[in-house]
Amino acid sequence: MEVPILKQGHYLIASIQSALTDADLSQLRESLVERVGRFRAKGVIVDVTALDVMDSFAVRTLRDLAHMTRLRGAETVIVGIQPEVAFAMVQLGLTLKGVATALDLEEGLAFLDRQARERTDHA
Amino acid sequence: MHEELTLLTVASDLDVVSARQRGRELAAQCGFSSGDQTVIAAAISEIARNILMYARRGEIGFRVMLDGDRQGLVIVARDAGPGIPDVHRALQDGYSTSGGLGLGLPGARRLMDDFEVESAPGQGTTVTMTKWTRPHA
Repeated sequence: MEVPILKQGHYLIASIQSALTDADLSQLRESLVERVGRFRAKGVIVDVTALDVMDSFAVRTLRDLAHMTRLRGAETVIVGIQPEVAFAMVQLGLTLKGVATALDLEEGLAFLDRQARERTDHA
Repeated sequence: MHEELTLLTVASDLDVVSARQRGRELAAQCGFSSGDQTVIAAAISEIARNILMYARRGEIGFRVMLDGDRQGLVIVARDAGPGIPDVHRALQDGYSTSGGLGLGLPGARRLMDDFEVESAPGQGTTVTMTKWTRPHA
């Protein structure tokens, strides 16, 4: 199932709607990395609220996605990791090291806005 | 006392999703908390992915066991793949021959209560893992 990607201002928002296969996740990674260039996006939000499990493949794919978009000039924030999912991730030894996370979409947007301001201030 | 409830084939990444969803449903029926349901689903995802990666196909069976006042959800993952030459080593953190994260077996073991691996080169692999409900006080 393909994940819808919305463009809002300088940001891309991908809202995962249901359980994803490995192929779906890889596809999401490719699409976002490509669209960052097409839409000249400065930030990406991946909403995983609907994911009821994050296993090693999902975590690795999201981490790669975040690092790839950063190399293309856009920061990625993963939002909506559910408490049970966080618990299982930690027990599995999975981390999203080096990847920004936020509670929900609202916090994710606020994070990207702060990042954008900092970048302007340093410019 | 036990009964074989379900046997699922694992031969594609879609089957990995079906297996963990089925596991979660059965865990809910056994009365596991939603936290434990997620833990069980994550463990199933890891071992189902191992089947795909190393053996390309296999099957996952589920059954429910009763032991006094607690219930166990037993998950058996079988494949006729190349087998694991050194099971002890495969259960260590950070060990992987697939270029993966090396979290599959050790990760799943941490999530479950009982965990057993039977394997030998050329003999395939069987992983049996169980989660027990916590008796109500």
